[in-house]
Amino acid sequence: MDEWIEIGRVDTIPRRGARCVNTPNGKIAVFRTQDDQIFAIDNRCPHRGGPLSEGIVHGASVTCPMHNWVFDLSTGQAQGADEGEVRTYAVNVVEGRIFITPDLVLVAAE
Amino acid sequence: MSERLVIVGNGMAPGRMLEHLFEAAPGRFEVTIFNAEPRVNYNRLMLSPVLSGEKSYAEIITHGDEWYAEHGVTLHKSAPVTQIDRAAKRVQSRNGLVAEYDHLVIATGSSPFIPPVPGHQLAGVVTYRDLDDVDKMLAAGRGSSIVVIGGGLLGLEAAAGLKLRGMDVTVLHLASTLMERQLDPAAGYLLEKAFVDRGVRVITQANTKQVLGQDRVEGVELSDGTVIACSMVVMAVGIRPASALAKESGLAVNRGIVVDDQMRTDDPHIFALGECAEHRGICYGLVAPLYEMGQVLASTLVGVPASYQGSVTSTKLKVTGIDLFSAGDFGEGEDREEIVLRDASAGIYKRLVLKDDRIIGAVLYGETSDGPWFFDLLKRGVDTREMRDTLVFGQAYQGGTPLDPMAAVAALPDEAEICGCNGVCKGKITSTITGKGLTGLDGVRAHTKASASCGSCTHLVEQLLHLTLGAGYNPAAVQPMCGCTEYGHDDVRRLIIAKGLKSIPAVMQELEWKTSCGCAKCRPALNYYLVSDWPGEYEDDGQSRFINERVHANIQKDGTYSVVPRMWGGMTNPKELRAIADVADKFAIPAVKVTGGQRIDLLGVKKEDLPGVWADLNAAGMVSGAAYAKGLRTVKTCVGSDWCRFGTQDSTGLGIRIEKFMWGAWTPAKLKLAVSGCPRNCAEATCKDIGVICVDSGYDIHFAGAAGLDIKGTELLCHANTEDEALEIIVALTQLYREQGRYLERIYKWAKRVGTPSILANVVDDRDKRRAYYERFVYSQQFAQVDPWQERVNGKDAHEFAALAEFGMPVAAE
Repeated sequence: MDEWIEIGRVDTIPRRGARCVNTPNGKIAVFRTQDDQIFAIDNRCPHRGGPLSEGIVHGASVTCPMHNWVFDLSTGQAQGADEGEVRTYAVNVVEGRIFITPDLVLVAAE
Repeated sequence: MSERLVIVGNGMAPGRMLEHLFEAAPGRFEVTIFNAEPRVNYNRLMLSPVLSGEKSYAEIITHGDEWYAEHGVTLHKSAPVTQIDRAAKRVQSRNGLVAEYDHLVIATGSSPFIPPVPGHQLAGVVTYRDLDDVDKMLAAGRGSSIVVIGGGLLGLEAAAGLKLRGMDVTVLHLASTLMERQLDPAAGYLLEKAFVDRGVRVITQANTKQVLGQDRVEGVELSDGTVIACSMVVMAVGIRPASALAKESGLAVNRGIVVDDQMRTDDPHIFALGECAEHRGICYGLVAPLYEMGQVLASTLVGVPASYQGSVTSTKLKVTGIDLFSAGDFGEGEDREEIVLRDASAGIYKRLVLKDDRIIGAVLYGETSDGPWFFDLLKRGVDTREMRDTLVFGQAYQGGTPLDPMAAVAALPDEAEICGCNGVCKGKITSTITGKGLTGLDGVRAHTKASASCGSCTHLVEQLLHLTLGAGYNPAAVQPMCGCTEYGHDDVRRLIIAKGLKSIPAVMQELEWKTSCGCAKCRPALNYYLVSDWPGEYEDDGQSRFINERVHANIQKDGTYSVVPRMWGGMTNPKELRAIADVADKFAIPAVKVTGGQRIDLLGVKKEDLPGVWADLNAAGMVSGAAYAKGLRTVKTCVGSDWCRFGTQDSTGLGIRIEKFMWGAWTPAKLKLAVSGCPRNCAEATCKDIGVICVDSGYDIHFAGAAGLDIKGTELLCHANTEDEALEIIVALTQLYREQGRYLERIYKWAKRVGTPSILANVVDDRDKRRAYYERFVYSQQFAQVDPWQERVNGKDAHEFAALAEFGMPVAAE
């Protein structure tokens, strides 16, 4: 995994907010916390498919806008009484630029 | 391939069985449910609090629609099954739906038994079984006379509920004391006295001869000639297993559908459980046995050996203020002894029936906290010789010295049952509190189901919380806003003003928030409080708003949005309608709907299209209708004196004036208004947050109505003589609510909390105070009346409406 792909700049995502990367395999939600940590997870709540990027971000967690499930952005695990998991993706931030691994956005053409 | 499981009936027994099944074998079964009722699964035990008005239907739902979706269950509502084809393994419903099964579960429950006295088929004779029955009873209305036939558990709960609803209630009971199957005559007498004290008339040894009336009920005649006039008769003499379908299908049926210890009928592919089943000659009508059956059946279906051995049941009457517990057998007999405690002035009666030094029956009236302890001794067959002298005083008195009630709970063994409805024992509750780090009743209910059904064990669960958490549990304390703080909403609002806190970080710092940046509960609340308290100074924090308020549209289940432009007072014109039609065409908007608030909703708009849609609507002069806002929504009007021959005032004009004055204002929860031009009230003003009824002499101002989760007519606040006065009062009332309301607290809940007198004192009786509230609202509006759509059309928050990056077509990766 030596070639990372740039998806945008940290300062184009609001603090305690998220924006999406559209890929052939669906949307990846990229979050920026209050202290500028960046996380990438599937933009789809495992409960009822809610768009997690639209949720309220607090600490390193997000609350789904549909039915208030809360996910830890670093592990993807549902918090509290709910049980479930959302897929997380590796991100790399270099000088304010955000990179993800190429397999997420490319589809092999064999 | 998954196995096809078809369930006939959607009551509490199959609901619980499915919970066990999905836990044991998720995904293994493809489940189809046929429900005769037009709704989801709800807690039937709690119908009595719904009848009495202490709870709403929404509060007693066990499985909402989303639960069925989540587990891939097909639920057919209003679809009673009429035929089982056992050879083809197929069922068919009355409305023609067909399903094939590998396993069939019959859970048709029971039907109320209606004694075939003359007149029993008249309109106005109802039973007490489901939510429809509750609605029918409530339709009788305050002050009407109702006769309840049957003085058992169900009849008495119905009588108590109807009495609380302000009806005149008579209970007729055939035996000489009430609840004679669960209570001995002494307790039955005390119970009768308690009902009489509440104003319910009780006639025992009442043999109903006939129900009187021509087309509908007019009265009841007893065999001794007594006639009781009434407009409704509630039949609550008993239930019988609903086994007709099974019988027609050729299954073995006695009173109920005969099942073995695995809940299997005589057809190996068909099971029965719940009130319709007959196990070892017994049909059960209480919830605990049904839950035990559900557990056994779930195990059987997944192939785990399990066996139902029958149940010993206990009974509690769910009438607020009457404490009653009974269990086991309390008939007198040669080989039995009894211990009785009576305290007439305190209204306490306790009786234990013993055989061979073991408790076989217990009746407690007036003080029932030792019920679970006696029941535990009974079920375990404990030899009580050693504690005989103090047994009846209860667990606290064992071991010589009286202990406090907490010690009694502490002394219970881990396997002692705390929640009879759900079969949850003490050890399960305490270990879950510790294991899951629970801090309150809600957590225990969510994780163990204890106290989540009838609620009568709530105080025991609270004592266990106390015991397990020590000083960390304080139920009397103010409910904190959320887990991030100890402060309640009112304290936070007070301190924001007192300490001059003008940003979310300032609040969190000064009030010692426990989290770094709050949570999804406290942040939107704080944002509202700051917006409301510091107009012009506080900068709104979009990231602390719920998505709908952040993007000024309503998110839908598929992630698209709905867009509702304002139509002032519900008035529109060809230009606006054309613009809406053009926008719908241009952006291929899939659905256009007229709303209940007299506007038009465009549904299914893609997020990235929102600015384009808004730009076109703005160009036609329309602004956001704030249909997503905890703020002013609509002012609904009728056509009033402009057009209507009954109209007394210009209700449309006043509605438009109010809406133009108040739009853009944020409030603790959504705010819906209406103005009707005459008391015929075509704008339905009397179920709104604030409603105006125009009359010849001016304007009656109503408030605190509700027509959502709760239904509540408005209260009359006052009369205004002129439009100007009406507007000033409405605005002042709104400002008072803005300043005092807790986030998400609708106006009727706020009014109930603070009391109408304090509202009258601020906005009606004292002209100067009213004016001050009015002026604070006016000041705040200069910062609030900015169309959020136009701002975004002009580029605000552009990042919201575009992706961070697009990787469109598949790309070769060598």
